[in-house]
Amino acid sequence: MDVLATTTAPLVEIEHLSHVYRQGGAGDHAVLEDVNLTLRDNEIVALLGRSGCGKSTLLRIIAGLMPPTSGAVAIEGAPVTAPAPQVAMVFQSFALFPWLTVLENVEIGLEAQGIHFDERRQRAIAAIDLIGLDGYESAYPKELSGGMRQRVGLARALVVHPKVLLMDEPFSALDVLTAETLRGDLLDLWCEGRMPIHSILMVTHNIEEAVLMCDRILVFSSNPGRILAEIKVDLPQPRNRLEPNFRALVDDIYARMTARPSGKPREGLFPGTGISMVLPRVSPNRLAGLVELVAAEPNNGRADLPAIAGDFLMEVDDLFPVAETLQLLRFAEVEHGDIRLTEAGKRFARAGLDERKRMFAQYLVTYVPLAGHIKRVLDERAGHHAPASRFRDELEDSMSEEQAEQTLRAVISWARYAEVFAYDEDSGVFSLENPA
Amino acid sequence: MTIRAAISNARSVPLGLGRRGLLPNLYDLVIFIFIAAAFVAVAHGVREMEAPLAKLNMAPVTLDPAHLPEYALRTTLRMFAAILASLLFTFVVATLAAKSRKAELVIIPALDILQSVPVLGFLTFAVALFMRVFPGSELGAECAAIFAIFTSQAWNMTFSFYQSLRTIPADLDEVSRHFRQSAWLRFWRLEVPFAAPGLIWNTMMSMSGGWFFVVASEAITVGDTTVKLPGIGSWLAVAIERKEVAAVGLAVAAMGVVILAYDQLVFRPIVAWADKFRFEQTAARDRPKSWVYDVVRRTRLVRVVFGTVSSATAYLTLRRVRPAARPQWTAVRGGLAADALWIALVLAAAAYALWLVVGYVRTSLGIDDALAAGWFGLLTLTRVVVLIAIASAIWVPIGVWIGLRPWAAQRVQPAAQFLAAFPANVLFPIAVAVIVSLNLDPNIWLSPLMVLGTQWYILFNVIAGASAFPTDLREASTIYRLRSPQWWRKVILPGIFPYYVTGALTASGGSWNASIVAEVANWGDIRLKAAGLGAYIAQATEAGDYPRVVLGIGVMSVFVVVINRLLWRPLYRFSERRFRLS
Repeated sequence: MDVLATTTAPLVEIEHLSHVYRQGGAGDHAVLEDVNLTLRDNEIVALLGRSGCGKSTLLRIIAGLMPPTSGAVAIEGAPVTAPAPQVAMVFQSFALFPWLTVLENVEIGLEAQGIHFDERRQRAIAAIDLIGLDGYESAYPKELSGGMRQRVGLARALVVHPKVLLMDEPFSALDVLTAETLRGDLLDLWCEGRMPIHSILMVTHNIEEAVLMCDRILVFSSNPGRILAEIKVDLPQPRNRLEPNFRALVDDIYARMTARPSGKPREGLFPGTGISMVLPRVSPNRLAGLVELVAAEPNNGRADLPAIAGDFLMEVDDLFPVAETLQLLRFAEVEHGDIRLTEAGKRFARAGLDERKRMFAQYLVTYVPLAGHIKRVLDERAGHHAPASRFRDELEDSMSEEQAEQTLRAVISWARYAEVFAYDEDSGVFSLENPA
Repeated sequence: MTIRAAISNARSVPLGLGRRGLLPNLYDLVIFIFIAAAFVAVAHGVREMEAPLAKLNMAPVTLDPAHLPEYALRTTLRMFAAILASLLFTFVVATLAAKSRKAELVIIPALDILQSVPVLGFLTFAVALFMRVFPGSELGAECAAIFAIFTSQAWNMTFSFYQSLRTIPADLDEVSRHFRQSAWLRFWRLEVPFAAPGLIWNTMMSMSGGWFFVVASEAITVGDTTVKLPGIGSWLAVAIERKEVAAVGLAVAAMGVVILAYDQLVFRPIVAWADKFRFEQTAARDRPKSWVYDVVRRTRLVRVVFGTVSSATAYLTLRRVRPAARPQWTAVRGGLAADALWIALVLAAAAYALWLVVGYVRTSLGIDDALAAGWFGLLTLTRVVVLIAIASAIWVPIGVWIGLRPWAAQRVQPAAQFLAAFPANVLFPIAVAVIVSLNLDPNIWLSPLMVLGTQWYILFNVIAGASAFPTDLREASTIYRLRSPQWWRKVILPGIFPYYVTGALTASGGSWNASIVAEVANWGDIRLKAAGLGAYIAQATEAGDYPRVVLGIGVMSVFVVVINRLLWRPLYRFSERRFRLS
């Protein structure tokens, strides 16, 4: 780095950061790849991406909770090798100590710094007042609602006077109304300059939330996590979700997140190729539900994903896997933030239960490589039996244990619906026979 | 204690059964050798000195009822000394195991084996050891008794604390590291509170089990040394010698009072207090209750006293902590080479220990003795199996009946817990007197004594299981009019199975321990004896025949370990996988 620790050093600077999740023996799994990021004074930046894109890992690396595999992280010019005093973090799960009161929870960071009792108490009460928790000082977290708990999490972070506030999906465990109130309150405090912080870096998978709150949005691709795009949001605060410019920006980000990576084959939306593709667990009912929704009036076979997400209060993490599984099965095409049914998809929508199962079976074996592979192995074997562990081992060569389990579970659930092959839970064996 | 608390507590994993690996492995063998070698070393040391254990000049225990309260108090104090030692051991050893991989490699298998060694086996060696350390002093005998009680309590507490330390929620761990808490602060703010519910429940269970051993360890005969520490156990021993039925009755009554006081004044208030450490994000409707705890909380004076004490403690421990030195990212945990070297060292030490043990036992025992001990082991095993089966046949239906009726469960559950804590050996003399007067066969009729105290674990676990059985499933089976055999087979037995396994496992472990005092019984000069491994150990102890004691304990530990691995652990894992209602 050519810039040494001077006053001009950016708050957070990340250069060529990569992170690899190592598995014992089997293949390594890249979580983050060549990430570059600079966080300057007086801005709110979002790391936007789908679950599993490594954005939370990145936040933990910045917080000094884990070392990156390679690359450099610096806070105010100083390389990060341990939790830095300039940052404080707010957790998705709130991470409050259930055996401590609100006041004691807020004091925890000051206590660790060895700050004197009286000053500790005074600062904690000031933070509690700021965040709108007066009167709750002696309550235990389990007596509070989710929104109030996250306020405690915020107070606990602010009380140590950090320069950078890191937030890991701070509103995603809250219901819609509570989340909106809390976002508004936080933005008010930020705009009025009442919080002792210089910048906020937040991780989210909620596109509207990112557009509503942030000055800059870094869109991440999944597996491995890479920065796909950097989007500046110039809309003045307070922002209105219904404004055309706001909507246009949201649609644009949807389009970017559903864009097919160039040069990749058709099924390339899921990480990996062939049987080593990591599949999401999506129930056949959800697949059928989305097909019916897109086929019905007024969509008539083509729908806008942001509109569906808005109407049904679905997050991208709920909606995208369903849409992309339909694409994998060739029932739909996803592009530019839209979903369009193929001929097969339209036929599926019109069909009755038995016909649907027949179609699903045919497309599953043809277009989902792992399903086809298992079917072939069962056909070839004399007894038409094969243990699941055989396929699990094959999968674990190219993905993590959890991903292998999730992929196998996804295929099992689809195959059961389609009655292509059976799986016996007790013995862990695939077979061709259907239980009588 | 309410049903809900009992349920969630009864579900804590016993004996480290959640761990992987079913068959005894090389590591178990290694640890086993170490423990055997430790016993041998003590026995050897005692023999080398050739001197009889020092004679003690103690005030003889008398059967004067005026002394009984004092004796009860002495017994209770011994118990508390042991529990304090166990807590200290837990904090140090479990923390070490959780933080150091090398320590973990040795400590965890060791705990697993140690909790299979019959507690009264420790007593023989503890007496020999402590009488050497404090020759001619009552302190030696006291330490030996306390040590024996300690060995009945410490292992499961340590296991519980270790498991909690290994399962600290990731987000709280991150908060702690993020705010750079020092190790000391982290221990008191995060680790101990998080582990508290499990540790407290295990401590309370340990104390309940400990009463049995405190009674058994007060009056001991090892070779020519007879020790009678003032306490209820010694009172009982004297009453047996003199065939005084009334005195036995008084001891039973005194023990009842002690256990009741322990239950009301210690067990319940502590469990009620510990509820605040329960790791849950929603307030439970149904919390453990204790009138003592309520009184303490509502009385201003008591509150002021407690408040002052606790803030003083907090002041001393937490108020001015120096901030942690900036922790660096730790290197990737222990290199493989270092681990291999460590394991090689452990194995080498084990080989040496094995050589010592074999050398010691071979001087006086041959293969015949080993076969005999094995045969006695089979006899005792048969007893344990038959008795657990009979106890299950009786208590499972009764437990289900009670558990499905909340009003009955509310009343019976505390009683079952009380009975589990009551030391059954206090009742032995009464049973023996009956067997003698009716001239019954001791081989059969001494056996029930083994489950007298342990059967309650089956009862209260089954009650907890049946109480936790979801109402909707019960309603569904009513609507579809399942007939009785089908209902038992398809509905309720699978529903309570995990709870039953926990209870039966505890009961069977306890029965092995009890066999050492149950298979041999005296009534005045009449001696009843059943053929079995317990009797074998008891007789060898009385004769001061250390090689046979080592052999007997070794064989019993092998039986218990093998049964745990081949039966209980697979059953437990199976029930967790198949029958867990969550």
